[in-house]
Amino acid sequence: MMWKKTKNSLNGKETQKNIKKTNRDIWFTGIFFSVLFVAMMGYYAHFVHTQGDEMINSSYNSRQKLLNAKNYRGTIYSADLEKLAETVVFESGTEYRNYPYENLFSHVVGFSTKGKTGIEAMANSYLIKSNISLDVKISNEIAGVKNAGDNVYTSLRTDLQKIASKSLGVSKGAIIVSNVKTGEILAMVSKPDFNPCTIVEDWDGYLEDEDSSVLLNRATQGIYPPGSTFKIVTSLAYLREHNGNYQDYYYNCTGSFRYGDSKIGCYHGTVHNGVDLVKSFAKSCNCSFANMGIQLDRSIYHDTVSGLGFNQALPVDFNYSQSKLTVDETVSEEDMIQISFGQGSVQMTPLHLHLITNAIANGGTYMKPMLLNKVETAEGELVKEFKPQAYKALMTKQEADTLTMLMKSVVEQGTATKLKGLAYTAAGKTGSAEYNQVKEDSHAWFTGFAPAEDPEISVTIIVERIGSGGDYAVPIAKRIFDAYFAVE
Amino acid sequence: MQYYIVEFSKYAIALLMGIYTLEAYLALGKKRDDTKTGVFVRQDVYMFIIQFLAYLSMCLQTGQIEYLFFYAFLQIALFSTIVLYQMIYPKCNRLLVNNMCLLLSIGFIMLTRLDYDKAIKQFFIVVAAMVAALIIPFFVHRLRFIKHLKWLYGTVGISALGVVLILGQVTHGSKISYTVAGITLQPSEFVKIIFVFFIASLLYKASTLKDVMISAVLAGIHVLILVASKDLGSSIIFFMGYLFMLLIASRNYLYLIAGFLAGGGAAVVGYKLFSHVRVRVQAFLDPFAAIDREGYQMTQSLFAIGSGKWFGMGLYQGTPSDIPFVESDFMFSAVAEELGGIFALCLILVCLNCFLAFLRIAMDLDDTFYRLVASGLAVMYIFQIFLTIGGGIKFIPLTGVTLPLVSYGGSSVLTTLIVFAIMQGLYMLRFTEEKQQEKARIKEENAAKKRQEKLERKKAGAKVNDVEEDEEFVEW
Repeated sequence: MMWKKTKNSLNGKETQKNIKKTNRDIWFTGIFFSVLFVAMMGYYAHFVHTQGDEMINSSYNSRQKLLNAKNYRGTIYSADLEKLAETVVFESGTEYRNYPYENLFSHVVGFSTKGKTGIEAMANSYLIKSNISLDVKISNEIAGVKNAGDNVYTSLRTDLQKIASKSLGVSKGAIIVSNVKTGEILAMVSKPDFNPCTIVEDWDGYLEDEDSSVLLNRATQGIYPPGSTFKIVTSLAYLREHNGNYQDYYYNCTGSFRYGDSKIGCYHGTVHNGVDLVKSFAKSCNCSFANMGIQLDRSIYHDTVSGLGFNQALPVDFNYSQSKLTVDETVSEEDMIQISFGQGSVQMTPLHLHLITNAIANGGTYMKPMLLNKVETAEGELVKEFKPQAYKALMTKQEADTLTMLMKSVVEQGTATKLKGLAYTAAGKTGSAEYNQVKEDSHAWFTGFAPAEDPEISVTIIVERIGSGGDYAVPIAKRIFDAYFAVE
Repeated sequence: MQYYIVEFSKYAIALLMGIYTLEAYLALGKKRDDTKTGVFVRQDVYMFIIQFLAYLSMCLQTGQIEYLFFYAFLQIALFSTIVLYQMIYPKCNRLLVNNMCLLLSIGFIMLTRLDYDKAIKQFFIVVAAMVAALIIPFFVHRLRFIKHLKWLYGTVGISALGVVLILGQVTHGSKISYTVAGITLQPSEFVKIIFVFFIASLLYKASTLKDVMISAVLAGIHVLILVASKDLGSSIIFFMGYLFMLLIASRNYLYLIAGFLAGGGAAVVGYKLFSHVRVRVQAFLDPFAAIDREGYQMTQSLFAIGSGKWFGMGLYQGTPSDIPFVESDFMFSAVAEELGGIFALCLILVCLNCFLAFLRIAMDLDDTFYRLVASGLAVMYIFQIFLTIGGGIKFIPLTGVTLPLVSYGGSSVLTTLIVFAIMQGLYMLRFTEEKQQEKARIKEENAAKKRQEKLERKKAGAKVNDVEEDEEFVEW
């Protein structure tokens, strides 16, 4: 229409100036700014759609208080529909956040009274909102009571959590249990624990006691030397450098390994004699891995380590620490020896080791860790459902298969034979990580999964200052596997 | 019951705004001589229902009866604007009248909710501005000499900006206003219009590179004074206005590219030179890193938008007042929080609709001077909206300019109403141009007819006096 009009008027008037007239540039101007605006509106729509919920969780966002004044905090349920956290309202209208299992879920569920931690923090934006029907909201308003916040359903299982917690006993340490195929976290224990019901009263005591760091969730935030469990990483680097060929590896272990002035030994000075890679791994021969470590190509080792997520963010929504390790040309040979069997400068969280194990069990790719399954209104209407999501591939299927084979040999002929000959076949790696100069003291590690042929469940265990992984961590894994397969 | 009404209003307002926006775009494509006005009447109905629902829920929730009086006065003012425009100018652009009134009413709803006293203050300014806006179109198509006043525009514009730079009080880190007789003025707003007339009068018959250079230097002086006053937002708006006017006048895209390159270079220099620019950029890149300092405003704006989601928290259900300077610089975020994302997107679309209507007016004009004025004002209008909304949602760094007609600020709303009035004048100028063309055409036809008659007479009759005939031909 506009074109025609312009042409008409162009013919209509015959002055010189107007013969030149064209609207091309005005069209360009219109399209230029329209495109700019479409991009801006797309950005806005994307922001509203994806980030709306996360924004409300910041403590600088006063809208939390607004919602708290209108709604009661919702209930947190376990996978077996037990209440893990609920709001009790007294006659007087005062509220009390009750944790029926008290200490059992202290770190993973967290608390909401002294700041927010754990699931209470992660799911805060769901718990403080209420999506109940308008009728109920109106009758609540007339009655002058608050609305019930939405309920959150987690993947945690009370039976596995109980066994894990009981197995750790009074020791300090952490346990994570996952469903390998979905990434759901089935149990997460950190000891020492606390009672979230009385957190306000106990708070000052926890702050004064600096040694035990009660409030730290060791499973996700505890930084430990991984010890021999780290041989998984060194083995992967070896496989990569030798294109998956591990049959040619051979080393003669004399119980100790010297390089320059430094000398390292196998656990309790054991002499392993002639070993191939499988036997080195199964028997957890430090000398053999030290020998492997100084021979490996640094850049391949570096790529392997960063590909597994060291010094990087993990795809989780809760608080965690980053694992740290530098492997480059500046690292001395002596340090490389220590690193190759998980001592020295290697620092790792149980969560990170657990995710690497999950990747091996799941064909090279781990599923994004999940704690929340769904959000429902107080009336049971679905608000939001969380679907399992694959995270990036850490290794190829072939590499995962070879590592699974190595981890199976640990159970069959190595340091985790306590898991041998059971109704299920397990695979894993033990570790006895030294944390000071006294050789006898070590953290006991185990990370593994079952069944080895088609993995369903994975566990990662660390027990602080107790002894070897084979003696102290493997039995815990067995009790968890037993419980899992007995009920399935 | 109250809850029902408030909740219902929320969704109804979003829906009505959606339909209004749709109709606005359908109306944009209408032929000019289309006399069916049903669409505009419907738009007015939606607009008044939106205000009714909004004020109803605000009164119910606060129990403030005085809001009802304010509502009544507001409705009278808007209704008379719509009716008077039609009575005085039967050929006015009704789409623009409607959009103008809708944007004003959204502004008043949010201002009432945020700061009632400011809403009242704004109301008086708008009423006064409206009277001016009703007169302006009449003059636009009568004062043909305005295209020759270039040196007047240049002097007034540069000196007004210069006076602010020297005397202006410091508001929020930038010298952008000064107070005369108790009224605080922000001249950069008014100078926008003068600037467009200035550049249009320089460029409308410019043909040589020298003319372009002169205009560039003079535009550059405006921009630099604004930069020196730390009024970054306005300086970029002036810059963009000039660039696109130059493009339309010269039809040379190289100028546009050169302009963008120079602008980019200036931005880098500005980043290096001025700490307040660096602070803005830092707050844009990672507002959460400095959440308690430079990033505070930005993060509060994001919180507001994020909690609003698609349908909004509802009026008085959010906390938009947490954002510092919300009623001047972050009106969009407040709208997004309480009236919701759908409403906010429609608001953007209505602003874009005004811009496109402005450009359509520019396209229909034959006179280059007026074409430049229309497109220059259009570009400056839309770019200001881009700066304020884009800044508020973290699409671009924040510059702190107002959302025209919606934000609080007398200078801003007065200037924008004048722009809309000028646009109406230019729209109706077309009819005058057409009328003149029609006259010229009839004259031409008559002349042709007479020539024809003479020719016939010549053929039919014997040879008449040759000389006489020649003379008569010359006369034509």
